[in-house]
Amino acid sequence: MASILTLDGISKRFGAIVIANDVDLAVKKGEALGIIGPNGAGKTTLFGVITGTVPPDSGCVTFDGRDVTRLPPDQRCRMGIARSFQIPQPFGGMTVFENLVVAAAFGQGRSEHDVYAQSHDILERCGLAAKANRPASSLTLLDRKRLELARALATAPQLLLLDEVAGGLTEHECEALVDLIRDIRKTGITIVWIEHIVHALLAVIDRLVVLHGGAFIAQGDPQEVIRSPQVNEIYMGIPADA
Amino acid sequence: MGAAAIRVVHSTRSSRIGVAGFALLFVMLAAAPFWAERSDLRLLVEIFTYVALASLWNLLAGYAGLVSVGQQAYVGLGAYILFGLAIFAGINPVWTIPIAGLISAVIAIPVAFLIFRLRGHYFAIGTWVVAEVFRLLAAQIGPLGGGSGISLPVATVTAIAETRQMREFLIYWIALALLVVILGLIVMLLRSRYGLALTAIRDNETAALSNGVNVTRTKLVVYVITAAGTAMIGALIFLQKLRISPDVAFSVNEWTAFVIFIVVIGGVGRLEGPIIGTIVFFLLRETLADLGALYLLMLGIVAIGVMLKAPKGIWGYVADRFGWELFPLARRVERRDGPPP
Ligand SMILES: Nc1ncnc2c1ncn2[C@@H]1O[C@H](COP(=O)(O)OP(=O)(O)OP(=O)(O)O)[C@@H](O)[C@H]1O
Ligand SMILES: [Mg+2]
Repeated sequence: MASILTLDGISKRFGAIVIANDVDLAVKKGEALGIIGPNGAGKTTLFGVITGTVPPDSGCVTFDGRDVTRLPPDQRCRMGIARSFQIPQPFGGMTVFENLVVAAAFGQGRSEHDVYAQSHDILERCGLAAKANRPASSLTLLDRKRLELARALATAPQLLLLDEVAGGLTEHECEALVDLIRDIRKTGITIVWIEHIVHALLAVIDRLVVLHGGAFIAQGDPQEVIRSPQVNEIYMGIPADA
Repeated sequence: MGAAAIRVVHSTRSSRIGVAGFALLFVMLAAAPFWAERSDLRLLVEIFTYVALASLWNLLAGYAGLVSVGQQAYVGLGAYILFGLAIFAGINPVWTIPIAGLISAVIAIPVAFLIFRLRGHYFAIGTWVVAEVFRLLAAQIGPLGGGSGISLPVATVTAIAETRQMREFLIYWIALALLVVILGLIVMLLRSRYGLALTAIRDNETAALSNGVNVTRTKLVVYVITAAGTAMIGALIFLQKLRISPDVAFSVNEWTAFVIFIVVIGGVGRLEGPIIGTIVFFLLRETLADLGALYLLMLGIVAIGVMLKAPKGIWGYVADRFGWELFPLARRVERRDGPPP
């Protein structure tokens, strides 16, 4: 199947910190890709490069056959790239429902009234309908994370980038989230998911990549990658050649 | 729940009370020429213009995040357009007010392209530089008195209204009408799709961008609208004064510093803030005016006090505490088949 997203020779550094060093990645349409890597590896920054909030030093981002490297984030969103922020970024002074209406109306380029019903539906799917009229600033961290996911969905994306949405959930909540993400996937949306809660990730993804030291040091079948010597080395401190 | 099971309403109980209150206030104020002293009318005109200037600055800085310290550029521009058109083209000054708004909107577009390249503090400094350039240019217009300014000719003044009293009444009603129109347009703007974008930008610019909001274009629209409104108010202010000079028309103190004070103490990013702030400002001014320089010191102390005790301003504090909203802006979901969730 064709790639919906490709990164070609992406390099990015912040001073001495190397986030990406000539990195390539291709995400197939309909695929669910997981990304892991130690704290500070640059996973979130990579999402910034894909969505347009972080300009790469070099390289090129292609989405749906179009070079989007120079496009601003709002335009990429309207093309179909949506993202949930690791640190939730709600519109605090607006209600939960209004948060969704913004994402739906502007992410899809539609009129406000056209998106009321679907905005509310998405709130229900994400377990936020009972809080629709609350100011977003009053939500707990957990609900803010739900709101991130709901808002990303409301933009009607082709590609959904999830940044640590499972952190802090109870076992039960985590299962519900996994079910929700599986459902989203069934609708044909391509998913790239950064997650430290590996068992949640493994329940959804088809492929896993590991970002470390500015490169994808392992990639492929999730189970194999998890057991690979490279992953053991960075997570357990067991040298790869041991 | 199916798609048809919800509806969205704007008004809340507090906003219904608010709107009714404003309507009552409007009727009372419209009749003020019949119950108020002449000096009261002049004061009310001043209050109206400050509410309008503060509401416009709030839209610009509080919502769009464009912290301008140069809005005096448009106060002065509007005023000079009024004087120029009235003196050179013989147009009735009253009719030059909307023209001043239009011309200023057009001038604001290239200005925006210039200063939108600047970020943060540099944007603020840029707006101030623009205002200074406008002031220096105005001082070059010999026929309008250059640096020392000019008065409206007697013939022009009598063309506004036959008697002094009628003129003062007329200016009063124009000020009230202009304020109501400006506030009404701001409410309509905030309830529209643009308002949704603007409020999102106010709360979180990064998230707004990532949710598909064209932030730059939204800001540009707000900048131009604000320029037009500010210029019309500027024209009106100097129609009341009947005299103009570059230093007064482009005064950063009168038209920006006081306005920022008003918005900050009233509550940035909320429509009610500038109204509350203006009331506080005039209460302070009318009670402390005899103190001379001490008065400015007192304003500073009040500002610092409010910022420490209620960083979101007086209305921000009240709204957070009681959930009040005087204007029907919020979009609330109600279930059609039952009580609101
Ligand atoms: N705008 C920036 N300027 C300078 N350094 C930055 C910037 N953004 C991120 N960094 C640094 O880049 C590194 C990668 O950050 P990033 O948030 O992308 O990591 P991450 O893999 O998402 O980590 P985590 O698992 O903790 O979320 C960190 O050391 C961070 O401090
Ligand atoms: Mg991260």
